[in-house]
Amino acid sequence: MSAKNMLFSGFGGQGILFAGKFIAYKGLIEDKQVSWLPSYGPEMRGGTASCSVIVSDTPVGSPIVSNPDILVAMNLPSLDRFEDKVVSGGMIFADSTLIERKVERDDVKVFYIPATKMASDEKLGNLANMIIVGKLLKETGDYTEEGIRAALDKVIPAKRANMKDVNFKAIQMGAEFE
Amino acid sequence: MADKILMKGNEAIAAAAIKAGCMHYFGYPITPQTEIAAYMAKVMPKIGGTFLQAESEIAAINMVYGVASAGKRVMTSSSSPGVSLKGEGISYLAGSDLPALVVNVQRGGPGLGGIQPSQSDYFQSTRGGGHGDYHMIVLAPASVQEMAELTVKGFELADKYRVTSMVLADGTMGQMMEPVSIEDLEVKPAPEKPWATTGTQMAREHNIVNSLSLVPEELEQLNFERYDRYKVIEENETLYEEYKVDDADIVIAAFGIAARVSKNAVDEARKLGIKVGLIRPITLWPFPKAPFKKAAEHAKAFISVELNMGQMIEDVQLAIESKCPVTLCNRAGGMIPDPEQVLNSIKEVNGGIA
Repeated sequence: MSAKNMLFSGFGGQGILFAGKFIAYKGLIEDKQVSWLPSYGPEMRGGTASCSVIVSDTPVGSPIVSNPDILVAMNLPSLDRFEDKVVSGGMIFADSTLIERKVERDDVKVFYIPATKMASDEKLGNLANMIIVGKLLKETGDYTEEGIRAALDKVIPAKRANMKDVNFKAIQMGAEFE
Repeated sequence: MADKILMKGNEAIAAAAIKAGCMHYFGYPITPQTEIAAYMAKVMPKIGGTFLQAESEIAAINMVYGVASAGKRVMTSSSSPGVSLKGEGISYLAGSDLPALVVNVQRGGPGLGGIQPSQSDYFQSTRGGGHGDYHMIVLAPASVQEMAELTVKGFELADKYRVTSMVLADGTMGQMMEPVSIEDLEVKPAPEKPWATTGTQMAREHNIVNSLSLVPEELEQLNFERYDRYKVIEENETLYEEYKVDDADIVIAAFGIAARVSKNAVDEARKLGIKVGLIRPITLWPFPKAPFKKAAEHAKAFISVELNMGQMIEDVQLAIESKCPVTLCNRAGGMIPDPEQVLNSIKEVNGGIA
């Protein structure tokens, strides 16, 4: 791998920016070059929120991901907007609780995860984002318990330390989901 | 070395300013730079510094004038429309030879414009921005680490030459997170400021800080002296980065986010066998003319990549003394060119010179 260009997208409030930040921190801890760029326009208020994350072995050029290798789509508008942008041979992770349609392309690997339902069944509140993150790490070969724990230590402030285990559980559930 | 952490560019500016000994911040919120004020609001009260949200940008810049007169490191930050409002105060700072730091995290204009990234305040920044004959030192970061480093540099240069420094960033630089180390930033101590209005203690003559000078012969002399200082700055303080320029037939000029996009395009074009390089001015004023002039000895064409309707392109043309054509590759109004657009521009120019 030289660089993974990732795009996280969904509604505001789904933890899109947090999920991206977690992935960036995990990369940083593992001595990768990383960048994280949020959408900050009026679109964040009610429409799609998204962030570009790049994890690379070499210095990151443009931090803007227009054609992702990996797309995380947590709602239908996100999939509608970005499906065609994913590079051929790329991956799409879709929250199938909220996205009823299937991905139309056949040149990308698609993973449907009913993350919102799984989170609600397991009383994991709004951690659908981290369930998808778990699946993403598993499928990209980046799932390491040590790295995940270290990254959670970075993104969750000390005063909310009790959230670390819950986040870890969500990630684990995603990774184990077939 | 201290651990690197992820920070937004805006936060890195604020943290670096404090590290540089800036204990006084005055501002008024505006997207996309509000995190600077937010950081200052959180930290300054804890360390005995000043955070003040002024009633307007004009008030804020005049508060900066006050603290600068007293010889302390001080800053304000805003985004394009807000910086226009500060223009008068920036001119007064120049007229009074006061060191200060102004940060502009640009957004699309003119007018109230939008809130997406832009570089359309290049003319405003590099030509002064307010009225009168003057310059600011204009620093253009292209990474979060540089947002921090150039903030420190801005304070140091401002003190050294008694000028205002501007960090000229854009919405992407302000909003993006990258690894940064604040602890490892090297800060030179601020120099003595014998001119500062700190009270005479009945031991010296009064110091007067003022931009009013009604005798034209004297005002002319002040302008001459100021421009002598600018000349020293032009000779000693230009900063730039070169990327694959040595054998380049085509040289791209780009700063900030445009330079990062262009770097991707340079790598792609090189794979196609096109000899292209990049000069990234880090100081926009003083503009690094020398590397452009040198590149023009072997390059056949230049491309200026900008997030505006073509502003820096004029400095590129001047620097290469119009020896070869300069093409503009741009987006405006808050849009950002993607590497593909830059690559297409490279291919087009390459076709023209082959």
